[in-house]
Amino acid sequence: MSFKIASSPHQHSQKTTAQLMKLVALAALPGIAVQSYFFGYGVLVQLLLAIITALLCEAAVLALRGKKVKAKLLDHSALVTALLLAVAIPSYAPWWLVVIGTAFAIIVVKQLYGGLGNNLFNPAMAAYVLLLVSFPLPMTSWLPAAPLQQQSLGPADAVCTIFTNFSCSGYSISQLRQDADGISMATPLDTLKTDLSQGYTTEESMKKPVFGWLSGEGWFWVNLAYLAGGLFLLQQKVIQWRIPVAVLGSLFSFSLIAWLISPDANASPLFQLFSGATMLAAFFIATDPVSASTTEKGRLVFGALIGGLTFVIRSYGGYPDAFAFAVMLANMTVPLIDYYTQPRTYGHKSKGVR
Amino acid sequence: MEASVVENKMNQYQELVRQGLWKNNPGLVQLLGLCPLLAVTNSLASALGLGLATMLVLLSTNTVVSLIRNYVPNEIRIPVFVMVIASVVTVIELLMHAFMYNLYQALGIFIPLIVTNCIVIGRAEAFASKNAVAPAAFDGLMMGTGFALVLCTLGAVREVIGSGTLFAGADLLLGDWAKVLTIHLYQADNQFLLAILPPGAFLVMGFLIAGKNAVDARIAAKAKPVEQKISRARVTHVSS
Repeated sequence: MSFKIASSPHQHSQKTTAQLMKLVALAALPGIAVQSYFFGYGVLVQLLLAIITALLCEAAVLALRGKKVKAKLLDHSALVTALLLAVAIPSYAPWWLVVIGTAFAIIVVKQLYGGLGNNLFNPAMAAYVLLLVSFPLPMTSWLPAAPLQQQSLGPADAVCTIFTNFSCSGYSISQLRQDADGISMATPLDTLKTDLSQGYTTEESMKKPVFGWLSGEGWFWVNLAYLAGGLFLLQQKVIQWRIPVAVLGSLFSFSLIAWLISPDANASPLFQLFSGATMLAAFFIATDPVSASTTEKGRLVFGALIGGLTFVIRSYGGYPDAFAFAVMLANMTVPLIDYYTQPRTYGHKSKGVR
Repeated sequence: MEASVVENKMNQYQELVRQGLWKNNPGLVQLLGLCPLLAVTNSLASALGLGLATMLVLLSTNTVVSLIRNYVPNEIRIPVFVMVIASVVTVIELLMHAFMYNLYQALGIFIPLIVTNCIVIGRAEAFASKNAVAPAAFDGLMMGTGFALVLCTLGAVREVIGSGTLFAGADLLLGDWAKVLTIHLYQADNQFLLAILPPGAFLVMGFLIAGKNAVDARIAAKAKPVEQKISRARVTHVSS
């Protein structure tokens, strides 16, 4: 939240906020490309809608608050928020979903708390939670990955489906989700969760067509692409290794323990790492410089908390994926984490740093 | 002499109106009774029902507490007040049970919980136990009205956003003729569930308080032209 408590040496990076945000957006490109290959052109339409909404809302609120609109708009932070929300929303969800979400993220979660640098919660994830709680059905209507889709959808279909709820050939979103047998297909995480609750073992469930090599069909490659983008961010020193490593490490360890104890009732650790939003969340969402912890130890705790909560909610919670909830819950603990993990400054005793 | 006394009284009542409805509003400023405020305001009808019930309770308890204020030993006044409040709430609950059974079921536990509403004991202790019957009753009425207004605003906003109707279920409160009062604003396939769920109550409440503060700030800015004030800037750091 604030940089005051970081101890010396205060080494300065030459990068401006705008440059950092641009790098984040750039690093997300491979993930977005793979996601739109597997889940259709809808991803790009959602992205466009989100970015337009975000910039309009940001400009309007900045003007109302009497700030320099152009300078603040060009720091690209609204762009990154819009991007993260757009890729988290199902690609063929109706247009008003992403518009409501982005407007809420920018206006309420970011600007009402004082703008960039002051928001308690990650705007994209708070908006995602708002949408998921309010509109559970459209928010979980993911299409199966491209190789499993019955109808091939072009760019025109994406626009039609998003704005009218029907593709150009007249299929509704629930028809588009059906497989050859007319059964709606859910996401891999959702399918596994439902099957486990119905008494199937993991192995039996994993034979279904939504699962591919290691994790869901398509989802593995999407996660791999975001992992590549994340490694690029690490190499560019835009983010530090602690949060992503802690997130992935704790998710891996928790699921490894559960899997070793009962491999029939739990997904494998690698399945957890390459399913849903894992890589996107670990590298792009949890590392948000504003709402994450700012101390070195604190970042490890923060990341581990997100990983652990994600495992718990994915395994025992009511929703198939959990990163938005985990990130928001961890955001709440950040002031406490920062308070207890302040580094010792030279010349002071380890206690009573304040 | 006579005229000034009357004027004083008028001023006192005006002040009570201002305190109850705006300046010291139980919902927006004192933030008392948040539990029912946030829990039952998912529709205008139930908000109005609870608002009226609370108002009635406040009016009666303030009157009774003011009547007995000189006979109650100071040391045990709180238990006595609580007993008065509990009896009044029981009466209201039984009345609602008898005459508005549907609304009684819709509001459920929140009617008996008016007993624990901090506004009621707060007004009894802070105002009614120190003032004559007429001002005390009037204070109860105004505080109750202020609370009911906030409840209704919250209920109306949440109902419009969440379910696209206004005053649905008015017949539970007012009888069958009131079905005509229900307004259908829009028909959506997907309801904005969050507005009806408790988090939506907190959000709308936050916006209401912010709106009130904004209005207050605007009034204050208009009333007070900027004074030239010379103050010394503090340059040394204050460790906290």
